[in-house]
Amino acid sequence: MSVNNYIRERFFPHLWCPGCGHGTILNALLRTVESLGIDKSNMCMVSGIGCSARISGYVDFHSMHSMHGRALACATGIKMIKPELNVVVPMGDGDAMAIGGNHFIHACRRNIDMVAIIMNNRIYGMTGGQYSPLSGSGILATTAPYRSIDREFDATQLAMGAGATFVARTTAFHVKEIGSLLKKAFEHKGFSVVEVLTQCPTYFGRKNKFGGPVQMLEWYRDNTAPLGSKKLEENSDLIPRGVFRQVDAPEYCAEYAKIVEKAHKE
Amino acid sequence: MEKYRFLLSGSGGQGVITMAIILAEAAAIYEDRVAVQSQSYGPEARGGATRSDVILSDSEIYFPKVNQPNVLVALTNEAANKYLGLILPGGLCLFDSELVQPSAKVDFIHYGIPMFRAVKEKFGRTQAYNVCVLGALATITGAVRLESLEKVLNSRFASAHHAANKQALELGAELARPLLA
Amino acid sequence: MSHKTTPDICFVQGNEACVRGALYAGLRFFAGYPITPSTEIAEHLAEQLPRAGGRFIQMEDEIASMCAVCGASLAGAKAMTATSGPGFSLKQEAIGYAVMTEIPCVVVNVQRAGPSTGLATKVAQGDVNQARWGTHGDHSIVVLTASSVQDVFNVTIEAFNIAETYRTPVILLFDEVVGHMREKLVIPPEGEIPVVQRLRTEVKPGVNYHPYLPREDGRLPMSDFGGAHRYNVTGLYHDIWGFPTENPEQVDKLIHHLVDKLENRAEKLALWKEYYVEDAEHLLISYGSSARSARHLVETRRAKGDRIGLLELQTLWPFPAQLVREKTAKAKNIFMVEMNMGQVLAQVKQVVQRPDRVFLVNSMDGQMVTPADIGKIMRVVEGRGF
Repeated sequence: MSVNNYIRERFFPHLWCPGCGHGTILNALLRTVESLGIDKSNMCMVSGIGCSARISGYVDFHSMHSMHGRALACATGIKMIKPELNVVVPMGDGDAMAIGGNHFIHACRRNIDMVAIIMNNRIYGMTGGQYSPLSGSGILATTAPYRSIDREFDATQLAMGAGATFVARTTAFHVKEIGSLLKKAFEHKGFSVVEVLTQCPTYFGRKNKFGGPVQMLEWYRDNTAPLGSKKLEENSDLIPRGVFRQVDAPEYCAEYAKIVEKAHKE
Repeated sequence: MEKYRFLLSGSGGQGVITMAIILAEAAAIYEDRVAVQSQSYGPEARGGATRSDVILSDSEIYFPKVNQPNVLVALTNEAANKYLGLILPGGLCLFDSELVQPSAKVDFIHYGIPMFRAVKEKFGRTQAYNVCVLGALATITGAVRLESLEKVLNSRFASAHHAANKQALELGAELARPLLA
Repeated sequence: MSHKTTPDICFVQGNEACVRGALYAGLRFFAGYPITPSTEIAEHLAEQLPRAGGRFIQMEDEIASMCAVCGASLAGAKAMTATSGPGFSLKQEAIGYAVMTEIPCVVVNVQRAGPSTGLATKVAQGDVNQARWGTHGDHSIVVLTASSVQDVFNVTIEAFNIAETYRTPVILLFDEVVGHMREKLVIPPEGEIPVVQRLRTEVKPGVNYHPYLPREDGRLPMSDFGGAHRYNVTGLYHDIWGFPTENPEQVDKLIHHLVDKLENRAEKLALWKEYYVEDAEHLLISYGSSARSARHLVETRRAKGDRIGLLELQTLWPFPAQLVREKTAKAKNIFMVEMNMGQVLAQVKQVVQRPDRVFLVNSMDGQMVTPADIGKIMRVVEGRGF
């Protein structure tokens, strides 16, 4: 089956800018779902608001384009009623780490079985280039004309601190790695977080003199290294990629099924 | 039946609200009467003066709160001081004579019974205090039958407590009967 | 629910009656966050929902609770949340989402005194306009009230029926007094009160299903997430496929559909009770627990021969304008009894023949408005002093 079977062609062309990394993530996601042989009707995507959130319109899954930051909360309701669904929640910087930050840490804590993808482009793109909680300090943005003074979240550390049972990171440059990590995330029973560093040449790149999409992708290539690699060991300034954590823990819906059983007995 | 407007008061932890619920439920479920129970919520429900209202009637009850009780139960001095002034002149007040010294100025029929001490002496503990008060209250007012109260108690509490509850109800009734003579 | 033939009789709080009504109506999902004075609803459902085969979840906040309700409803479950005061403010965003995406759901607001934290444990009815207009943008919504434990049960079932029939959020606007007071509740055997089941599409798998194409009767058959039809749901203006659109014609069509489906049925959605309205010179209008004080006064003064009556509104929104116009036609004076600064009063004044003869009787001190409060205002209006 071709990946084209997994998209809603009538919804194309997509609205992402030329050179945006989000399409790469969509591509890797579709290929992962295909490789896992998951039926489209068993796939559910819930997104929030922003550039990243528009991904839910393009996939031929059950799709809920919800509210800014609220995707995980909406997805939790769906998953509680239909635990058999494969639920994937793509989120942008604001969705995952700002307005939806509370929902994010609590979804991690509950360990509800879904795949959360953080599409980290260090900027609010849809609204025209304001700094995000993932921008970090010293960044130029429309709301940081004197450079940002806000420190950034490390999304993977936050996820682990909040109790997520699968946590990984890669970049839009490492296309195959996105696929392999998503595959692991789908196979993991519990709350999986995959952070993908993805370029926004239009707002982040241009404003911060990062060059075009190619230069930004090269930056990801040159400034990241796999966990456990010699390269990373030798240079602690590099951003680590790979699986940070994969542990087994009771999954929320499975635990609730036990509650239902218990309630029937009492 | 005359209309009963109970104001039950005491301090948090005495079981005043539970008492009110049991009284109202006994009338509503086992005597097919109309009953409304309400209570004051808030910090006072966690220690301090606590209050619950119960209205019993043979016909529909509209306004659910008790502004002027014809029966007041006061289990602490604080509660007595706060609510005795509200009582319908000539109304009835059941109070714990060990814990409460009610004002002599207010026109009401006194029923002072040392229920707290009696419960402590009989059971060695005071958990069943509110049930004993209910036994006395039902006996004095005739508002509900003791059997109805017992049915509610049996439906609400584990069977291990049924015997003690029945004894506590009867204790309250026994203490009250001489006062009616 | 078992197949009993006799009613279940219990003595419960209004909040529990709401729970029992929701379960009777087929509730299968509840998400909530503790807040006074609605918390008992969550507590009872935590225990009773799993027994009914449903799912209960205490979310991280009020916002998440409303969002989870939206998700669960799309997945096919009759869904509800409950809150009070500040919690109702926080839910407004997702209530708007449910309006736009036509997700059937029920939102209970057991009102307490505001603004802000206000009086957390005291009664008020100050959220009438928030229930109508709390979420941004033009829209319509259904808001129901009740004045007794039995009515709470009945209108809760009605709320689910309306939510499912019209694919809309329905707000149950109770108040602290009704939520907390205990009365006898008679739960009829299953089947005695009609329950509207979710209307699901008959479009076969593989055949195009248009989630937002109304049938001839105006209803929109649903398809559960996880079912045969995969479609898009969005809070953006959308076409019949559920895809975002900015086409002015489609935008215009959708907003009118969302508003008209309820506003055009205002009279059909009107629930009310009336006492001695026919020949009343003095007509009281009220709802929720204040209607009990109004009724108390009406019964007392009727017994003395006064021509006084009461119209108790159970549907506040869409405002039953026609009903109020008809019922007030013969009254000399109209007294609006509510525990706010005149939120329904403003509506009543708009529809009666003599707005200058409409008087507000309220209480704003955290205490229930009393029959005596009403009597005093009436004396003043009648020129008999305070």
